[in-house]
Amino acid sequence: MRTYWKFVALIAVILGTLVWLAIGGISDTGTYYKTVDELNRMGTAAVGKRLRVAGDVEIGSIVQHGRTAAFTLQQGRSRLRVVYDGENLLPDTFREGAQVLTDGRMGSDGVFHASKIQAKCASKYQAKPAPTMNRSGF
Amino acid sequence: MENLGSLALLIAFCLAVYAVASSVIGGWAHKPLLVLSAKRAVYAIWFLLTIASFLLVHALLSGDFRLAYVAANSNRAMPGLYKFAAWWGGQEGSLLLWSWLLSCYSAIVVYVNRAKHRGIMPYLIATLMVTQVFFLILNAFVASPFRVLAVGREITAVPDGNGLNPLLQYWAMAIHPPMLYLGYVGFVVPFAFAMGSLITRQQGDAWIHTTRRWTLVIWLFLSCGILLGAGWAYAVLGWGGYWGWDPVENASLLPWLTATAFLHSVMVQEKRGMMKVWNMVLISATFLLCIFGTFLTRSGVVSSVHAFAESSIGKYFLSFLAIVIGVTSYLIITRLDYLKSDARMESVISRESSFLFNALILIASCLAILWGTLFPAISQAITGEKISVDATFFNRMNVPIGLFLLFLLGMGPLFAWRRTSLESLRRNVFVPGIAAALFVAALMAAGVRHPYALVSFGLCLFVIWTIAAEFYKGARAIGARTGRNLLFSVVELTHRNTRRYGGYIVHMGVVLMFLGFTGAAFNKQATMEVNVGGAFTLDHYVLRVASLREGDTDNYAWDRAVVEVSRNGSPLSRLEPERRFYKASRQAVSEVAIRHRLDEDLYLNFAGFTEDGSKAVIQAYVFPLVSWIWIGFLILIMGTLVCLVPSKTKFQPPQTHMAGATREYAPASK
Repeated sequence: MRTYWKFVALIAVILGTLVWLAIGGISDTGTYYKTVDELNRMGTAAVGKRLRVAGDVEIGSIVQHGRTAAFTLQQGRSRLRVVYDGENLLPDTFREGAQVLTDGRMGSDGVFHASKIQAKCASKYQAKPAPTMNRSGF
Repeated sequence: MENLGSLALLIAFCLAVYAVASSVIGGWAHKPLLVLSAKRAVYAIWFLLTIASFLLVHALLSGDFRLAYVAANSNRAMPGLYKFAAWWGGQEGSLLLWSWLLSCYSAIVVYVNRAKHRGIMPYLIATLMVTQVFFLILNAFVASPFRVLAVGREITAVPDGNGLNPLLQYWAMAIHPPMLYLGYVGFVVPFAFAMGSLITRQQGDAWIHTTRRWTLVIWLFLSCGILLGAGWAYAVLGWGGYWGWDPVENASLLPWLTATAFLHSVMVQEKRGMMKVWNMVLISATFLLCIFGTFLTRSGVVSSVHAFAESSIGKYFLSFLAIVIGVTSYLIITRLDYLKSDARMESVISRESSFLFNALILIASCLAILWGTLFPAISQAITGEKISVDATFFNRMNVPIGLFLLFLLGMGPLFAWRRTSLESLRRNVFVPGIAAALFVAALMAAGVRHPYALVSFGLCLFVIWTIAAEFYKGARAIGARTGRNLLFSVVELTHRNTRRYGGYIVHMGVVLMFLGFTGAAFNKQATMEVNVGGAFTLDHYVLRVASLREGDTDNYAWDRAVVEVSRNGSPLSRLEPERRFYKASRQAVSEVAIRHRLDEDLYLNFAGFTEDGSKAVIQAYVFPLVSWIWIGFLILIMGTLVCLVPSKTKFQPPQTHMAGATREYAPASK
């Protein structure tokens, strides 16, 4: 029986440590996922929080200065001004019309300061054949 | 052609349904002819799926742009290899690959065991074929690769396709998905054996003996798949990392963790008849996580940098997962009596207990990763807020877990089965422990301050030492008896018990990989905008842009920076990072240049030009020790292959074999 309790104690210590790490990890690194619309509605409550916002890069909105870039994120009718000043260079897939995920904090000036940008162009594969077909058929 | 392909899929689907029904009825009512017909259906399904796959590959190679799949994933200018790789470049094709691999495995298993395991065979076939039915539903009805592009009622072809995603046009990426899938799909087989033995209430470990080698090979495929993915990320994505805790990467790691736990805990079942429920749970979890991994990559449930479209196939996967979880849990719970342990844990300091903790910690790591990956979905379901975690979270959880595993890796061989005396343990730990402590002290004196890195380096030395000591002790005993040299003795020793010493070689590989991971604590980077002739420094390197070139191929246009690298005034090498613009997909991709050395890699990425076009933007990184990840992995492959070689000594009843071996080769002091 003593062996049994030793196992119980050891396992409890290991699992306890991990749960503690997990809870601490989430509260330190957790990022709220917001849509452009929700973020706009939050107003000043959003200032300073770690946020992740997804949307499309509005056509014609990208202004690049060296490694930083300013652009507008759009989702439906909502718009959000974003300034990117992260460590890494912007990804190759980042361009007008691309779907992007931005991580950063909301500034008090109403501009979203992104420190990380992931971009994907998933829709392209599905969308592209359509216009070609239209040209040949309709 | 596409009609023939669709027809093949449809007939295969019908046959798979038939195989499930006939094998179950045949097994239940003891009708061997029905079971035989199920076996033949398995072969027929393989034949049909091979035809379907061949037709798809043919369409890709010949550029049949009437097919939606070909138009989306191939184009005329692509090299043949990538046209072939487009088979698994998109959703429909990769699901077909899944199905086809499954049919291959099923056919092999049925053929190899045609005269064996009569009792569990029907249920084995049923399990395989239920999975096959599920994937054929996807192939034939939901995500058919043979859909054609049509305008109104007329089938039309687009002039040229979109081409394979340029990021995937890289040699490692051409073989990474099939490797991964070979692993993913392969775990169906041990799972099917486990289910077969559960359903028929088999006593004993027949299924474990039969599937041991199989599981090891599959595990190797999965490992290769994961590592090729990491290698691809390192060499292609241009950010210099090999692992970013992306959901899709995590998806491949999850079944690997449970499979690794399984490979270890089956030893306890073989030697001591314990942990039987664990093994059932672990193999079921591995299979489920393989399906789950496919689901995660294909459904878009969590956002990922891997550009796969969100699609409707998610709900099919969820339903299948729910059914499998339900059935498996029911079977395990109702058959707990057959899974009773033959013995009890006798001591906390024993080989059994180290395996138990190994399994526990691997599962903990798996759960932590699963939790982090699904956290956006979980938090949204509970609080309505979608909260995501980033790489920091995963590192924070997995670095301590990894270090603990490394510690167990070193201690494992020192523990005997049943119980170990503290006295012998102390004797064995003392020397490597002191060596590791001295090593850490030396590193601190040299200015290394990173706490995890120090612990990791210390443990690496400790583990290498204990493994080397195991080889040395055994080899010396053989050498003394045969009078041969040490090298011969080591080979002889390994050959006598390939599983044990092959396992140690695998462990050695893992330690070297940890060494490589630890190097990441000392990465350095710089991003510079430079003119031709301009130079900048990073660490002790001086990088000078000698010239900029440009050119054009059918597939892409390229710009190349020629960078001369020197250190302390003496030239080292010339690196030529390239930037490509793929025409079909209108996408820019970097082709990095890397100077590989054992101590550190110099990694250059040509990120493009400044917006006025006057200067080249170059990112330079120094990655210490990263080569050891790839070296360690090669050793891991070697060790796994050694494990597969049959041992030279006759296989005695397992229980006495291991205990005897330990004592026989133990140091003279014993």
